[in-house]
Amino acid sequence: MTSSTVTAEARPNRFLVARRSGVGPYLFILALTVVMYFVLGPKQFVNALTIGAIYALVALGYTMVYGIIELINFAHGDVFMVGSFVSLFVLTNILGATGPAPDLATIVYQLVVTFALTMSVVGVLGVTIERFAYRPLRNAPRLAPLITAIGISFILQNVVQLIYGPSPINTPQVIPPSARVDMAGVSIGWINIFIIVTAISLMIGLQLFVSRTKVGRAMRSTASDREAASLMGVDINRTIAITFLIGSALAGAAGVVQGLYFGNITSALGFQSGLKAFTAAVLGGIGNITGAAIGGFMIGFVEVTAANFGFFVWAQAAVFMILIVTLVFRPSGLFGQQLGERA
Amino acid sequence: MSAATSPAATSPRGVRSRIGAFSDRHRSTSVFFGVGLAAMALPLIVLLPPFNSFSGQGVWMDGFTIAGIFILLALGLNIVVGMSGLLDLGYAAFFAIGAYTYALAASPFTGIEISFWPMLLIGAVMAAVFGIMLGAPTLRLRGDYLAIVTLGFGEIVPITILNLSRYTEGPNGIGGITAPSIGDFRFPTTGNPWPYYLVMLGLIIVSMMLIYRLQDSRLGRSWMAVREDELAAAANGINTVTTKLLAFALGASTAGLAGVFLAAKLQTVTPNLFRFDVSFTVLAMVVLGGMGNIWGVAVGAFIIFMIQSVLLKQLNIFFDNVDVPILSDIDFLQYQFLLYGIALVGMMLLRPEGLFPSQRRKRELHTEEDADFGEHGDPMGASPE
Repeated sequence: MTSSTVTAEARPNRFLVARRSGVGPYLFILALTVVMYFVLGPKQFVNALTIGAIYALVALGYTMVYGIIELINFAHGDVFMVGSFVSLFVLTNILGATGPAPDLATIVYQLVVTFALTMSVVGVLGVTIERFAYRPLRNAPRLAPLITAIGISFILQNVVQLIYGPSPINTPQVIPPSARVDMAGVSIGWINIFIIVTAISLMIGLQLFVSRTKVGRAMRSTASDREAASLMGVDINRTIAITFLIGSALAGAAGVVQGLYFGNITSALGFQSGLKAFTAAVLGGIGNITGAAIGGFMIGFVEVTAANFGFFVWAQAAVFMILIVTLVFRPSGLFGQQLGERA
Repeated sequence: MSAATSPAATSPRGVRSRIGAFSDRHRSTSVFFGVGLAAMALPLIVLLPPFNSFSGQGVWMDGFTIAGIFILLALGLNIVVGMSGLLDLGYAAFFAIGAYTYALAASPFTGIEISFWPMLLIGAVMAAVFGIMLGAPTLRLRGDYLAIVTLGFGEIVPITILNLSRYTEGPNGIGGITAPSIGDFRFPTTGNPWPYYLVMLGLIIVSMMLIYRLQDSRLGRSWMAVREDELAAAANGINTVTTKLLAFALGASTAGLAGVFLAAKLQTVTPNLFRFDVSFTVLAMVVLGGMGNIWGVAVGAFIIFMIQSVLLKQLNIFFDNVDVPILSDIDFLQYQFLLYGIALVGMMLLRPEGLFPSQRRKRELHTEEDADFGEHGDPMGASPE
């Protein structure tokens, strides 16, 4: 599990020694999952996993970008929101879908086209943002890219709002929510299965990409020491651009899934979900891909639990408390190997 | 007014640099006269065309009073963002805490009646306490965490106010807040805008003087050191956590002060007044005005407030009247935040030091030109030795 992280074991600019995570976090998560299953019951458990999968996909983008250039990409939540609107555009304006598709072939066709188009468009959007808003400021004081990031976030949100208006918009749910399957006596929606399977395969794909390919190695080396990596012949600009491409494409996939699952989207989505996904990334240990995925599922549990017991309005507050508590007691997150910089 | 009184180091001789040198030496005096003159001039300027055609003097002055609230907010955020280099994205939360502190202390809702004047201080202290509670865990970590935690805090505070209806009246807000009074004279809600205007003027002058004093103090110099290089600052014996925490708490207390004034001015507070828009607007004011420059930030806040409350509205009216096909359909107010976003990104890329830069900040942000910068920012200047 140590070879699978984007961040390095040791960084020249850190004065705290990196630490390996033992089995503890895994046991904790296993226990939590079991407890959650009994607390929520099978139906809400699956719901929590589905929502968690969406957060996890978004959290991956935060964690990858942070891992490689140490920037909290505030615009990432809005990139996810743009993804959901691109998928709405593709589904309604290009494919002409209005609701559940009539047969399996149509479903597959529509989903493949939507995912492919949305992920490419949003991936390119992410690269463009990096190219014009972050790259020129790579050596500027830390505050500068953070401010452009927040500016970009507002630009994206307001452009979408000008086109689609501020109120929630219905999206076609291509996979009919009524299509269910019985699994061990529990009726589970196909949509839930589809989302969880898609998300997990994307995560496994990403993990393999980062740990096994040449580009992935370039990413890891850039994250660990940019200058040394560039001396070894890694094209830094290209590697960072690819990181943004992948992170944003995953957010795009999350955007598609968001529309499919909830059936409506709003331009404020990026802001609301962005914070939760970021918390997921911190909880898992920012810079760590496995951590972000698991953090996403945990935030899903928290939110569904809060809603389940009638405290939906406090879900956001609960997530925020988790963020603070994590930062106080374990700033490196559950799986973090990169500790928060003291001082 | 800013160009005349702010430290101008553009030319070595001349009237401007004399005034600059004077204001460097006598900051409190120049703040007093600079702000005072501007405040006396504004009510007269709005009597002239074209301003008198937009609205009457009373309406203008009410607007200026609200602009003053934003100037206070920008001055406070400038301590955090400009002087100490910490990004606070939930600044409106402290504004809300100040406003609700006064609302709970002087309204029929709670039945308590505490005078406005001590509440100014209490509101500021309350906001500072929350600032410390939020900052203490976060400021030990890297600066970026503060940004996201404050973003969350800025979101949570209105949500909490909205949902704790028992204590805050929820979405309806608290109304009937007592207006300030001096002796038997109670501030009029309508008609005479002068009392609020003058109190706001006093608050701005006092805050600016205090902030200038802070900037030049040991603490202010520590803020700058932490901003420019935290490691080096720590190595030189500065307690960086305390320094940052003080910046955060003082920034929060200024917002608390502004909040108390807002509650007293509007006499009603609702959670919607303190959404993320406010934090973002104030951030745009600080960045556009020139991070770290006290005068620049104040002027930037005033200009942006006037643009959003007057110019965009007038553009709408203007294009409605002249009937240009496309432009008359556009609601310029809708573009407000899009414009802020573009302005923030553009500013950071092209002129990160802001419209009215502070000299030190400018040099810091243009690192590549640093090498051949002399002591007075003269590109041809020989080295100081």
